Amino acid sequence: MATLELVGIRKSFGAAGVLHGIDLSVADGEMVVIVGASGCGKSTLLRIVAGLETPTAGRVLIDGRDVTPLEPAERDIAMVFQNYALYPHMSVFDNMAYGLRIRRVPRAEIRRRVEETAALLGISALLDRRPRQLSGGQRQRVAMGRAIVREPRLFLFDEPLSNLDAKLRVQMRAEIRRLQKRLGVTSLFVTHDQIEAMTLGDRLVVMHEGRAAQIATPMEVWARPADTFVAGFIGSPAMNFLAARLAEEGRAAALAAGPVLRFADGPRPGAEGRRLVVGIRPEHVEARAGPEALPLAVDLAEPLGSETVLHGHLPGGESLTARLPGGLAPQAGEVLPLLLPAEALHVFDAETGRRLDPLEGMARR
Amino acid sequence: MRRRVIFRGKVLPYLLLAPQIAVTLVFFFWPAAQAVRQSLLREDPFGLRSEFVGLENFRAVLADPLYLNAVRNTAVFAAAVAGIALGAALFLAVQADKRIRGAGVYKTLLIWPYAVAPAVAAVLWLFLFHPSIGLIGRALNAAGMAWDYKLDGAQAMLLVIVAAAWKQVSYNFIFFLAGLQSIPASVLEAAAMDGARPAYRFWTVVFPLLSPTTFFLLVVNLTYAFFDTFGVIHALTGGGPGKATETLIYKVYVDGVQNLNFGGSAAQSVILMAIVIALTAVQFRSIERRVHY
Ligand SMILES: Nc1ncnc2c1ncn2[C@@H]1O[C@H](COP(=O)(O)OP(=O)(O)OP(=O)(O)O)[C@@H](O)[C@H]1O
Ligand SMILES: [Mg+2]
Repeated sequence: MATLELVGIRKSFGAAGVLHGIDLSVADGEMVVIVGASGCGKSTLLRIVAGLETPTAGRVLIDGRDVTPLEPAERDIAMVFQNYALYPHMSVFDNMAYGLRIRRVPRAEIRRRVEETAALLGISALLDRRPRQLSGGQRQRVAMGRAIVREPRLFLFDEPLSNLDAKLRVQMRAEIRRLQKRLGVTSLFVTHDQIEAMTLGDRLVVMHEGRAAQIATPMEVWARPADTFVAGFIGSPAMNFLAARLAEEGRAAALAAGPVLRFADGPRPGAEGRRLVVGIRPEHVEARAGPEALPLAVDLAEPLGSETVLHGHLPGGESLTARLPGGLAPQAGEVLPLLLPAEALHVFDAETGRRLDPLEGMARR
Repeated sequence: MRRRVIFRGKVLPYLLLAPQIAVTLVFFFWPAAQAVRQSLLREDPFGLRSEFVGLENFRAVLADPLYLNAVRNTAVFAAAVAGIALGAALFLAVQADKRIRGAGVYKTLLIWPYAVAPAVAAVLWLFLFHPSIGLIGRALNAAGMAWDYKLDGAQAMLLVIVAAAWKQVSYNFIFFLAGLQSIPASVLEAAAMDGARPAYRFWTVVFPLLSPTTFFLLVVNLTYAFFDTFGVIHALTGGGPGKATETLIYKVYVDGVQNLNFGGSAAQSVILMAIVIALTAVQFRSIERRVHY
């Protein structure tokens, strides 16, 4: 229904800078999830798109038209708030009809559209109730209904699931995805839950301290994180980071813990001895002996049935987490040899935290 | 949940309550009982003899055209005072709720009038509107308007209404401001995103959500206009000219203290007491059912 483009969005509250230049373009019908730690500016960005905050610099374009100076009412955007923000003195029907009445939609059509939307969300039986007579999940649906019924150009969601219990959250997550696909409305969805982000988004914006650390598809963010923040933020348990130096003319990393690991995908740029951070996801660590094995002193073993999560430390004191098949059941205190497969390594610059890709082309992903 | 402290025995709790009970008995129940008794008696002006006359005093009061005049005055006065005080306070509170520079100073200034005694407030208005020494009064006359509230009953009524309402604005303002600040910002933002302009938002969201506060204040303001405005009227117009500003409470004073018609005055007091009890009952019920939406 619409494309959205953000150009150089900056925002500061007084002296405190919150957003430091965000660029993003969202295609028609796309669902982009903005994910990041608490306080990184996700809500602020969303509210700027909504028109509830004015950016200090930058522009918001909807369908190529600059809407930055427009009031929220003039933007034709619907938003689902974290606390739902239903009108407490109106019935569910009136809550959903409010925006349509303002647009002077004929009575009969309002009734038809509200009833259709209510049926879509399974809240037809609740139309006469007041918000305080609803459960959290029902309120959530009404808030969604109020957004959908208007058929806006853009949907904004600000952590709409965070007040629901775990089971309902999974259910609503699937439902939002289904609805968004079916209605094909361009959407921005804010969350700090990475599972929500991975499952909902066509693309993710991983935000870190007011900047977009990476904008890419969920799989790309997982497979090729742009920096150590993204690498550590996406994936659970979080990626392991080990200090290392560039060795063998860029072809290998010499871990501070001892072994020298040769890169599977080609040499990295930089002088010999350049300080690196080598990352590896816990699920890629293998419990095998070998010449490059690391001895892990197990501090804690969490057997989860199908797998076991080990937390331990290396001789140098660096901590490491491994996710191993469930058959293995090492005890705390044991020392286990672990291999870090070369093709699963992520290489980052220690100073900037940026990902270092191989020199000659992108040999492999 | 109510936290309860349990005292052993029955003496201590009554002992602790005694001062409050004594004050209530001496200053409320006893005079009230006296008024009821008095309203059933006829007394000669020197207080030497009195006889029981049943409801005769009430019958006389209700048949008195001057009393009906006071009822009419009171209705106009109370409706206007409550209307103006509520309207002005709501308007000011909405302005103060916006994020403006100097909001703190503005709020403090608005609360001051409440600290001014009614008679002092009346004197302030007198200095403003007195036809020969008042600032505005003289300006009005200079501008060719025949302003003299001592001669013109309608002008006198207008003046006491404005002076009485002015004093009540502060109180209403505080409640309205608190009410406005308890409306979640996100609800208003949701309305804005639904396409509602500020004025429409106010009438469809803000005002309905304030309705419990408004109703509570309406009762308080009516009570104030009925019973607490004696000082303002006394200092400004003394009920005149020609009983144009004589309200029920003022007539109680005129009949009892000036005309020494104790029975009639007491009967009027009892009627007023019934009104205040009714208003209080309404108010208590509204507090119990705080949520109206
Ligand atoms: N109106 C405001 N005035 C001043 N500072 C603000 C204001 N709104 C937000 N901030 C600051 O901006 C920063 C980003 O806030 P924001 O609400 O966008 O975070 P968020 O990413 O949505 O966090 P969360 O996940 O906790 O909701 C925070 O440090 C916050 O303190
Ligand atoms: Mg937020």
